[in-house]
Amino acid sequence: MTRPPLLDLRDVTKTFSMGGMLSRRHVGAVNGVSFALSAEKPEIFTIIGESGSGKTTLARMILGNEVPTSGEVLFEGENIAERRGAARLAFMARVQPIFQNPFEAFNPLKRVDRYLASTARRFLGARSRAETETPMDEALRKVGLSLKEVSGRFPHELSGGQLQRVAVARALISKPRVIVADEPVSMVDASLRMAIVNLFRRLRDELGVTIIYITHDLATAYYISDRLIIMQKGYVVEMGPARPILDAPRHPYSQLLKRSVLSFDESGAGQIKPSGRDEVDLTAESLIAGRLEPAEDGRFVRLSKPILEPRQTAGAL
Amino acid sequence: MSVTTDILTVDRLRAYYQMNYFGIEREVRAVEDVTMRVKANEVYGIAGESSSGKTSLIKVLAAAIRPPLRVLEGSVTYRFNGNPLDITRAAEEEIEAVRWRHLSYIMQGSMSVLNPVRRIGRIFEDFAFRPMGLKRDAFRAAVEAHLARLHLEPGVMNSYPHELSGGMRQRVTIALATVCRPEFIIADEPTTALDVVVQKDVLAMIREVQQALGSSVVFVTHDMAVHASIADRLAIVYAGRIVEEAPTRTIFTAARHPYTRHLVASLPRIGDTSPKPSLEGRPPSLAEPPPGCRFHPRCPIAIERCRKEVPILEEWPGEHRVACFRAHEAIPAGEILHLKRGSLQ
Repeated sequence: MTRPPLLDLRDVTKTFSMGGMLSRRHVGAVNGVSFALSAEKPEIFTIIGESGSGKTTLARMILGNEVPTSGEVLFEGENIAERRGAARLAFMARVQPIFQNPFEAFNPLKRVDRYLASTARRFLGARSRAETETPMDEALRKVGLSLKEVSGRFPHELSGGQLQRVAVARALISKPRVIVADEPVSMVDASLRMAIVNLFRRLRDELGVTIIYITHDLATAYYISDRLIIMQKGYVVEMGPARPILDAPRHPYSQLLKRSVLSFDESGAGQIKPSGRDEVDLTAESLIAGRLEPAEDGRFVRLSKPILEPRQTAGAL
Repeated sequence: MSVTTDILTVDRLRAYYQMNYFGIEREVRAVEDVTMRVKANEVYGIAGESSSGKTSLIKVLAAAIRPPLRVLEGSVTYRFNGNPLDITRAAEEEIEAVRWRHLSYIMQGSMSVLNPVRRIGRIFEDFAFRPMGLKRDAFRAAVEAHLARLHLEPGVMNSYPHELSGGMRQRVTIALATVCRPEFIIADEPTTALDVVVQKDVLAMIREVQQALGSSVVFVTHDMAVHASIADRLAIVYAGRIVEEAPTRTIFTAARHPYTRHLVASLPRIGDTSPKPSLEGRPPSLAEPPPGCRFHPRCPIAIERCRKEVPILEEWPGEHRVACFRAHEAIPAGEILHLKRGSLQ
């Protein structure tokens, strides 16, 4: 029997209701998203989109913090919404989050090792000091730190990069299969950004952890992703292998994103031009009308018209 | 370059935070020996990571020197209409006379800059009515004309900040900062919180306004991609000092300082799959900066001299200045980028 996918999203939709009894509106945050992550081959799966595109809502549903309005999220073949009690805890141990701003993720008044210890106690059932500290130290060593370096320290005593690595170590304590990282490098300085991104790569290659990397930065996405989805207003507009898509995006919105990436080729020329957002049809109607159609290179593109010529982007990048 | 085209001259500026808590003195050396010039009609970029002292530097440039920040040495001289004004020594009234009229500021968080309970039109009155010195009707017409230049409709004047999108709010803060047609604009990370598409539009707009007004802009961000697209010249700040300054093109193609070379080499780019190194260590504490070159603890090519002496910012051909003892040597990229050990850590 073949193993079920590690994570399987089937037509997942989330709508939020806004307003009172008379003026109630429904806002579709995520609309009909489907994809599956293989259990055999760990990968870095990237979700790209602007703010309001539904990428964080999608992440919250994968973590089980939000229940889909329709559709289901299966982890190793089981619907995560149906897990309760011990089964839910076991699921949480296997799918761990990392948040955007490490300075906000840690309580400034508590020592950072306390978080690691409480994670070890909760997910590993550790009781004695040795039982808690061994997995803590192991996890910290995987990210290039050690318990001796961080124990007793407060968040403000560590740099942003170190703190983000501690956050990754905390996620690793329960030996997860999946890590969901929501914009993990957007608050980190340039010289440390690559340290985190390279760390994800190592986690995938050496520990076999699948990473769901959520970002709006196309350059780091190109650097580390195996596959990606591009989201706009809750819809997936393009999905498939990362590099072919970013080399030559097909959907107008993906093309707009790529045109908006700041180029280094004309550095210092002061020739920056507007993104040309107005020329692209970004209305919700075109998304609702569109369907994800497979293309020959393994990608899926949401098209409202049957055939769409790739737009000329040569001049833009 | 002749002296007259410089609109800002900073000479040997040292600004520290000096605190005294219950008899315990603490000193943070945020700006150390900074000398720089900003010419008329240029965008001067300042790049540096957090806690590199770049915010302290622009606080001084913006004449917002409040204790515990103190200027210990040096001068910051603006030349508006040919009159020199050293803001480290000027009286409050003299600074008040140039603020917003000649020297303005684009701030980072548009939501925290714009008063949430006032309409945009009223916010413009708060900021710009007095400096512009126009009658109420003429003022309103001037603001509307200026908003149109930034592709904002006059109706924006009647909106509250929360009714606008993030990109529109950021355009409103740019409009606020430029409505008096100032000669000098300080922009502190104005695009950091924005999406890629909106970011590009906002940058293009800052450039467009700068060209239209002929103003000078000091643009501060840690994002090198932003500098590549907007700055004419670029200063790299590390731990309170300028370590390299050059035309932007030179920084991206022929940088000499190991820190700059590292920053440029580690930038991920679409279409480039080569492994990118990361810099080990962390920026030093400005309360106890390391002796000698402040970069030496993290520098892969540091020599004995770097630990003892402070390298001065040396002039190179082509408006290029570098503070490194080994800048003259031809050091291969592999050595700088530390590729021999743990390059993927």
